[in-house]
Amino acid sequence: MTEMISTQSRPAGEAGRNYSGSLLEVDNLLVEFHTRQGVAKAVNGVTYSVDAGETLAVLGESGSGKSVTAQTIMGILDMPPGRITGGEIRFRGVDLLKLPEAERRKIRGAGISMIFQDALSALNPVFPVGWQIGEMFRVHRGTSRAEAKKKAIELMDKVRIPAAKQRVNDYPHQFSGGMRQRIMIAMAIALDPEILIADEPTTALDVTVQAQIMELLAELQRESNMGLILITHDLGVVADVADKIAVMYGGRIVEHASVHELYANPAHPYAKGLLESIPRVDQKGQELYAIKGTPPNLLRMPSGCAFHPRCPYRRDNCVTDVPPLYEVDGSRRSACHYWREVLDGTAG
Amino acid sequence: MSDPTALQPGPVTTDAQATTESQATAPVGKPSSLWSDAWHELRRKPLFIISSVLLLVILVMAAFPQLFTSVNPEWADLKKSLQPPSSEHIFGIDIQGRDVFARTIYGARTSILVGVLATLASTLIGGLFGIVAGYLGRWADTLISRFAEIFLGLPYVLGAIIVLSTLAPVSSDPSRLRIMVIVILVMALLGWPILMRISRSAILAVKHSDYVMAARGLGASPMRIVFRHLLPNALAPIIVVATITVGSYIGVEATLSFLGVGLRSPVISWGLAISEHANYLRTAPHALLFPAAFLSATVLTFVMLGDAVRDALDPKLR
Repeated sequence: MTEMISTQSRPAGEAGRNYSGSLLEVDNLLVEFHTRQGVAKAVNGVTYSVDAGETLAVLGESGSGKSVTAQTIMGILDMPPGRITGGEIRFRGVDLLKLPEAERRKIRGAGISMIFQDALSALNPVFPVGWQIGEMFRVHRGTSRAEAKKKAIELMDKVRIPAAKQRVNDYPHQFSGGMRQRIMIAMAIALDPEILIADEPTTALDVTVQAQIMELLAELQRESNMGLILITHDLGVVADVADKIAVMYGGRIVEHASVHELYANPAHPYAKGLLESIPRVDQKGQELYAIKGTPPNLLRMPSGCAFHPRCPYRRDNCVTDVPPLYEVDGSRRSACHYWREVLDGTAG
Repeated sequence: MSDPTALQPGPVTTDAQATTESQATAPVGKPSSLWSDAWHELRRKPLFIISSVLLLVILVMAAFPQLFTSVNPEWADLKKSLQPPSSEHIFGIDIQGRDVFARTIYGARTSILVGVLATLASTLIGGLFGIVAGYLGRWADTLISRFAEIFLGLPYVLGAIIVLSTLAPVSSDPSRLRIMVIVILVMALLGWPILMRISRSAILAVKHSDYVMAARGLGASPMRIVFRHLLPNALAPIIVVATITVGSYIGVEATLSFLGVGLRSPVISWGLAISEHANYLRTAPHALLFPAAFLSATVLTFVMLGDAVRDALDPKLR
């Protein structure tokens, strides 16, 4: 499984660029968890890349390995039980997995930053929010307390927290969910990171607030030209903001495509199933479509293609042969032996 | 917040969405942290008010015993030995002809000093080991936990008797300072595992919280994570147990002094007074009962205070 997705759409002529490839490249990453019941292969050869100003959506259900991949990029995976057994994560051409911890720490926050699903539990309950945003400057830049507080207010303004100046000394529990996520975003973008990983940033929020947060993220990305990795299981969130999508299933990428390609015509049965299970207005009164079966148990992965027990396109060789990432066209990839039939829409 | 600039719309162009969202949040007021919430809660609790008033009296007694009695606690008149309470000596006279009231008042200083210092020492030792064990986990945790269990396995009083009778044999005549330091250190030595367990489990409870992961993800160093994120969030149970421990250590000091291995004359201590008059309980109960009553009241005060603080800090009990 060593196919590389070479991003053809690279922003040309970036100044001072002394590395080849994309800004952040995850290359054939393998992560395992050692449990009492056995070894769970949570990430099984994931390869993707993000460039400055680009948004990659990583789509998949719980347990598909999307968050573990993100935590491995950040270097905050709990090890043990986690173990990185192979692959590279290159940031500006440098393999992060080979860097000493002290070097990686400098990259966290300043080079690659992350926001989390549940902003309430991701903020320290015993410190005011302004203090926590300002901590970014004090830790990484050695800024004075007063200066850090001023910058915290600026950032709270930037993420549109009303009356930032009055609220800078408030504690996390005094804010609503949406506001907390804005504070988390303010912390994450404080040091102008080049890559921002958003791990299900809107899952814990109301639908209306979700849209505002996505809008804010898109706007901040336009302003600073950072690369955005958006981890989500919500197809609706992805459609408007992402440039390309990596669909993950059972620790692998099963389809990699631009948003338009994927939405117009998916090339993997799982991606197709996901799109078909979105409720539509014209479906009123009919039964909703659902992908049959349950997600694979990482401890006992199905043989061959991990999706075969649930796949309507299944044939005999799906049970035995692990499908490689076939090149569909350009940068588009699908890990299905019968991707042509999936594209054509002829089942079985 | 009378800053005029704060009222400007600012670069935010306060969009309609953001303002509607903010209406759901708490009204802008005094920031309230866990500690200020707890303080707010405590101020209305009778248990806390009673125990803190009592504590204040005990502390003043320990710091300025002259305020309560003009009698020198070293003064003795053997002719008056074991005289019952009178208008002149309201708590009576002890076996050595000394004023029981004066000695009881002066005894507070010893008890508080020993209780607080021994607690401080065992909290520092236990807290440090607990943080290391909880944060590093794995072999460090195993090593420290097993080591602590060796001390936990020793019966407290028995262990103290053995160590104290070795360090300060009954026949020796250590100075006041020396005997107090030895007693404090022995109590800390045998008591730290309890605080180590408490702080270890408190650290473990917050170690896997999202904000610790977020802090790591945003580039905080291990030191910073421990002191800024783990410790402040783990402090509540440690403080509660430490408060209650002060009370129990005061009791332990009295026990050891009673058994003759703890403090000894010329140190003035409630435990010593009880020990000296154990044989005269029926003929002259006042010499024993007054110091014993003060001892119980002090221990009770710390336990009540600890309980009140725990109730205030643990939102689940509200």
